[in-house]
Amino acid sequence: MSVTKGQIRSWSRMGQRATFFGVAMPELAKEDESLMVLTADLAQLSNLSRFAEQFPEQFLNVGIAEQDMVGIASGLAMEGYHVFATTYASFLAVRDLEQVRQHVAHLNLNVKLVGTAAGVVAARSGIAHWASEDIAFMRALPNMTVMSAADGLQAYYMALYSARYDGPMYIRLSGGPGCPIVYDESYVFEPGRISFLQRGSDVALIGTGLMVHEAMETAKLLEQSGISCTVADMHTIKPVDQHSLWEIFNGHRLIVTMEEHNVVGGMGSAVAEYKATLANTPPQMLIGFPDAFSDAGAPRYIWEHFGITAPQVAEKIVKRLRGSEHD
Amino acid sequence: MRVNDSPETIARLRAMAIRMRKMALDMALSAGSKGSHIGGGFSCMEIMAVLYGEVLKVEPQNPLDPERDRLLVSKNHCTLAHFPALVEKGFLLERELPGYTEDGSRLIGYPCDPEIGLEYSGGSLGMALSVGAGQALAGKKRHKDYKVYVLMGDGELNEGSVWESFMAASHYSLDNLVAVIDRNRLCYDGTTEDIMSLGRLSDKLAAFGWNTIVCDGHSIADLLRAFAEIQTGLPNVLICETVKGKGLPFAENRPEWHQKAITREQYDAAMTELMEGRVL
Repeated sequence: MSVTKGQIRSWSRMGQRATFFGVAMPELAKEDESLMVLTADLAQLSNLSRFAEQFPEQFLNVGIAEQDMVGIASGLAMEGYHVFATTYASFLAVRDLEQVRQHVAHLNLNVKLVGTAAGVVAARSGIAHWASEDIAFMRALPNMTVMSAADGLQAYYMALYSARYDGPMYIRLSGGPGCPIVYDESYVFEPGRISFLQRGSDVALIGTGLMVHEAMETAKLLEQSGISCTVADMHTIKPVDQHSLWEIFNGHRLIVTMEEHNVVGGMGSAVAEYKATLANTPPQMLIGFPDAFSDAGAPRYIWEHFGITAPQVAEKIVKRLRGSEHD
Repeated sequence: MRVNDSPETIARLRAMAIRMRKMALDMALSAGSKGSHIGGGFSCMEIMAVLYGEVLKVEPQNPLDPERDRLLVSKNHCTLAHFPALVEKGFLLERELPGYTEDGSRLIGYPCDPEIGLEYSGGSLGMALSVGAGQALAGKKRHKDYKVYVLMGDGELNEGSVWESFMAASHYSLDNLVAVIDRNRLCYDGTTEDIMSLGRLSDKLAAFGWNTIVCDGHSIADLLRAFAEIQTGLPNVLICETVKGKGLPFAENRPEWHQKAITREQYDAAMTELMEGRVL
């Protein structure tokens, strides 16, 4: 099956969430009548309205009751259904975390938890609607696979893959409509393997989610200063792709992880955990939210506040390489 | 629901409950100083006997039969009643029970193991009813005849998640879902009404759209009557009035016996009560 330039542009306009649920889910539901999609009163927001009309038997809106959603999802999965459960990442990874732990992870159930609007895209709604700890929470659960999409195309491929995968999975969708395009139609999604966007020799920028695009912008800025960069997309945060990381550690002077998430427990931590087991690896800068809440505002305003935009990251890297900053 | 409530059935289940109570006392004694969950085990002994002895359509020879009834034990601190019932039904051997708290036992720590009739891993309260709702929904969608039973404690009704599930089950008209509440009126720190009152529980559940049936949870005959009153068209809940620690004169209605070790003397005293016919 091939994807066209037009589709990629369209899915960028729609964003990750709308692509996942509005495009991929109907295709998958048609092929698999045991596929079920559950939402907690966010069908419209998740582009599931048409899905609900087309596949009423495969759709369930449980109301504003996230814990109940995960419980019902678990019961359906115990009876052989292939269940997708979705709401804001902030609610999915926090409000019902115990149901996720006790049922989905512990009983190793075939439930895909799709957290939407991860990071700070729900800007003005404030902390309640931001998800900056979800990777940490989900990553700490045994049996749980954790994925984070960089753009609409990757979100689409993740949906296709997750429907074939048997077991618990957390899929982190970030951004809103107008999601930057990272990949073109030649992209081959390899679950569990880091995707390399470019190869360089000085600095390795490892991003996840929207920070993959920001890492590409960072690399452009650094290259103006003669710094050669690798840009890697760690879309599968758990399990960690040790093979590719080992290669990255062995080919660069500095490792920089970039994520729209707290630096505590996120993708950068996952990289650092593996790196800590190896001798003679380069130092790592962890770019993300510095274990702090922030005032509400537009996403880029908050990114700037936390210093995770491309120009800010590039500046930090240049300083670091000159040895004038030790962080 | 059709339930056999003949005198022979009542006598059979009564004898079963007495055997279960003996096994439970043996388990409690075998746990030694580690202690066991006495209170909530002995409060649901007759409920378990009626479930496994008459109500549940489950067969140890075919434990994963898609048509079987499901029992989710949400108040999981009642292995003293559940495991003896599984022995009676043929899922477990009685000689496995004394080691149930030993490291390496397949029975330790509330495992989920449907092969031996353990359909759910409880322990954290207030979460099983939603899973039961999911299983009941699956049964409806696939036109299966099985029922899903969820055994809950009354204390766990303090959890908000329970009420989300009560709401959803009636919204989806899950008449194949039966909540069985062990209303022993004690939680860990005291009485349910002192700590966080449930008040007019039956009215609350009726207001949530459930067919609400109240019964004496230690009377085999009344339990059978209650199961017989299960209706179609809406979810059903049995509020079984019980006594925590029932049958152990030193433990009845005493919160400190939620989890505790019994002595040989207490074991003998409880066994005497049972043998002399003062419990059932």
